[in-house]
Amino acid sequence: MTIVEIGLPKRLVELTLDGESVRVPEGATILDACTASGKSIPTLCYGDTLKPANACRVCMVEVEGSRTLVPSCSRKVEPGMVVRTDSERTTHSRKLVLELLGSATDLSTTPHVDEWMSACGADPSRFGPSAPPSQDRDERRPGEHEEIDGSVAATVRQPTKVDNPLYVRDYGKCIMCYKCVDACGDQWQNSFAISVAGRGFDARISTEFATPLPDSACVYCGNCIEVCPTGALSFKREHDKREDGTWDESKQTETTTICTFCGVGCNLTLHVQDNEIVKVTSPHESTVTHGNLCIKGRFGWQHVQNR
Amino acid sequence: MDLKLLDVEPTEAERVVVDLFNGMGRDQLLPALHAVNDRVGWISQGALNHICRVLHVPPAEAYGVASFYSLFSLTERPAKIVHVCVDLACQVNGAKALCDRLTDELGPAGAKSGWLRSPCLGVCEKAPAALAFEAGEVAKEQLLAPTHAGEVIAVAAAGPSPVDGERAEVPQAGDPGLRLLKRVGVVDPESLDDYRATGGYQALRTALLLGPSGVIREVTDAKLMGRGGAAFPTGRKWDATARQPVRPHYLVCNADESEPGTFKDRLLMEGDPFSVIESMTIAGFAAGCSKGYLYLRGEYPLALHLLRNAIAKARERGFLGTNIMGHEGFSFDIEIRRGAGAYICGEETAIFNSIEGFRGEPRSKPPFPVEVGLFGKPTVVNNVETLVNVPVILAEGSEAYTRIGTAGSTGSKLFCLSGNVSRPGVYEVPFGTTLGELLDLAGGVPPGRELRAVLLGGAAGGFVRPDELDLPLTLEDARAAGTTLGSGVVLVLDDTADLGSFLLRIAAFFRDESCGQCVPCRIGTVRQEEALHRLVGKRPLSTGAADLQLLREVGQVMRDSSICGLGQTAWNAIESALDRLGCVESFGHEEAGS
Repeated sequence: MTIVEIGLPKRLVELTLDGESVRVPEGATILDACTASGKSIPTLCYGDTLKPANACRVCMVEVEGSRTLVPSCSRKVEPGMVVRTDSERTTHSRKLVLELLGSATDLSTTPHVDEWMSACGADPSRFGPSAPPSQDRDERRPGEHEEIDGSVAATVRQPTKVDNPLYVRDYGKCIMCYKCVDACGDQWQNSFAISVAGRGFDARISTEFATPLPDSACVYCGNCIEVCPTGALSFKREHDKREDGTWDESKQTETTTICTFCGVGCNLTLHVQDNEIVKVTSPHESTVTHGNLCIKGRFGWQHVQNR
Repeated sequence: MDLKLLDVEPTEAERVVVDLFNGMGRDQLLPALHAVNDRVGWISQGALNHICRVLHVPPAEAYGVASFYSLFSLTERPAKIVHVCVDLACQVNGAKALCDRLTDELGPAGAKSGWLRSPCLGVCEKAPAALAFEAGEVAKEQLLAPTHAGEVIAVAAAGPSPVDGERAEVPQAGDPGLRLLKRVGVVDPESLDDYRATGGYQALRTALLLGPSGVIREVTDAKLMGRGGAAFPTGRKWDATARQPVRPHYLVCNADESEPGTFKDRLLMEGDPFSVIESMTIAGFAAGCSKGYLYLRGEYPLALHLLRNAIAKARERGFLGTNIMGHEGFSFDIEIRRGAGAYICGEETAIFNSIEGFRGEPRSKPPFPVEVGLFGKPTVVNNVETLVNVPVILAEGSEAYTRIGTAGSTGSKLFCLSGNVSRPGVYEVPFGTTLGELLDLAGGVPPGRELRAVLLGGAAGGFVRPDELDLPLTLEDARAAGTTLGSGVVLVLDDTADLGSFLLRIAAFFRDESCGQCVPCRIGTVRQEEALHRLVGKRPLSTGAADLQLLREVGQVMRDSSICGLGQTAWNAIESALDRLGCVESFGHEEAGS
């Protein structure tokens, strides 16, 4: 991948990464530097097409002289910076963040999270048995919570929202990474159909007054689903196939083509399983779409397989 | 931007108050929400819709903002509601018994029964406290402190009486040694003449003579450190902002005092409001700001009334506005912003988001406010107490100022004494006074009781034991002793205090007040509260997981990896109770065996 946008020639900045000297272009982030030197840092709220949200704290690293750990996805490198990605503090932080997330959220469809958890020995179950799903998360008020006794671990488990034919919102899997809100808002789509509502542990992604998606400003571009890192948001088609056990990525092929609906010329990647289109995405590196599409490109393909 | 609005219209009353915001923008979202809440007591779909139409804000975002603040309700609520404080100082002074009575007589806390539990209301010297609110053409608020169940029940039914002749009081009133508190309880806080007769606006005259860099030099030489909790050198902050070529610059006076046990800024604003306005004007002059925002927490009705009066009078007499005090080219004005029940909005970057009409979530630093602050412009954020030190410095000179206090902590400091103490209140003492001397000043614990511990610095602070009372109250000594002066909280616990419940309240507070943005704080504060419940109640998990170890590990990740100071300090007081007070063994008296 490209480390930073190719523009004017950039000065190289030298820093120390886990004891080794590394040179990366000025303006690169610590995460860019890690990627360039072959180090894999877990990320969840980081998106290659979005501004860093700094929310998940999975990618924290230690920078000499900093009181706290710093998010590698957003912190820019500085000359002489001494960074540790493998110190005890970093490992502890990563382990705990994954445990906290795992104890509160269903991560069963989050790619890579199992590997990350076992690599640092994370055990989300040690906070106690999960509390039962709640029906009232959309109505919770900020600044108060029910009295507890510590016998169960609070979770965000809740009923899945299926209120339209194209999307499924399973917020029991939501880690509050802000990516869907950013993709829907001023970073890409400018629809502003969803926002973060509520506060603290009761913070949630919501339309105004939790109104169903068809009554909201949603234009069904699917760009929120494209950036969702956990599968909390999914296409109805994929969701249904997963439910009935027929979703099989190993049997899928990906073919990139050009959308025929208008003159913009967006790249479409058709995900095909058993000679049937099951999902449409767009390459994030496409200079036309940056991974975004509209409702037609994203969902207007049923006619192709009307046999 | 095309807005898709819900198909719901406002009532006539809602429409009238929202229409007053016609032609304004997103930064008026919080004031508009307040206007509706003040008029009808809650924010309906129709009202929010109309706000969005007038201010051009997407409804989902406006909903996200409205649902962030605990003083707002997005479901129907009666016009009259009483907020009953259940926080630290009130808990020590009978808030639980009060709430039990209210539950018996009015029903469980909630909109239906007309009363709600509230975090610290900032009147800890008169605990237990409650704040009554009634929406209407003129919204009414009344502070009940100290209060009792009978009074709360009566006011819940009859509604509050509007702010009347209440006056700020401090135990040391009239003491000639007072510098920050010299006018509190002595002069008429509504009178600009009284203020000027007691030296008011002389410091601004001096500042205008010294010029901006001269003022910054004086403040830097005085070694003034921020009094909001972080103790950052004020002069450096002003200088860094003043040097920014980008214009305009903004000043934000952080009066969102919400740290449990803190009420010093309220006393200053209620007792000497003009000095807050004059100090802001001086800061604005020094840092090159043309506009100042005074972000006042929503629960301080008297301070709001007095500050509004002070700003209006100052404007009338040329102390605010254009060419202030005849100084060509110096223009500065102040806008008050009312918070709406969110501790996090006192964080120096969350306060920007709140003013701009976004959710009060802290921003990632860097960039720092002096470079990219309010509306993306260079901004100075100062606490109220920090600012009111400035006229003192300019009046007596930085050299004289540094002779008070110690080399590392200059000047005098306000401390908020509450809890089990004979004469609670705000006390002003020079830095370096010992904790024991301060407790003596406030009369110590009530007769016949024994001191158990002192919570120093607030919910984000740490505990001090009775054998450590010789601790000099300075920034450096507190740090060396592993605690902090924080916002000046000195919450005294005697041998009758229930330490387990006290710690559980601290844990609940951080859980309730976390903004929810980052994982360590959003989930960590929940796990901390759960584990502490098990520890205090001696009800371990059947898996036998070691809760003490769990607490330490969660505490560490909150400290290391949270975005802002709230999460980073959410474990401080609990850690200090476990380590310094050795209280694990004493937990579980009532629950043991059950």
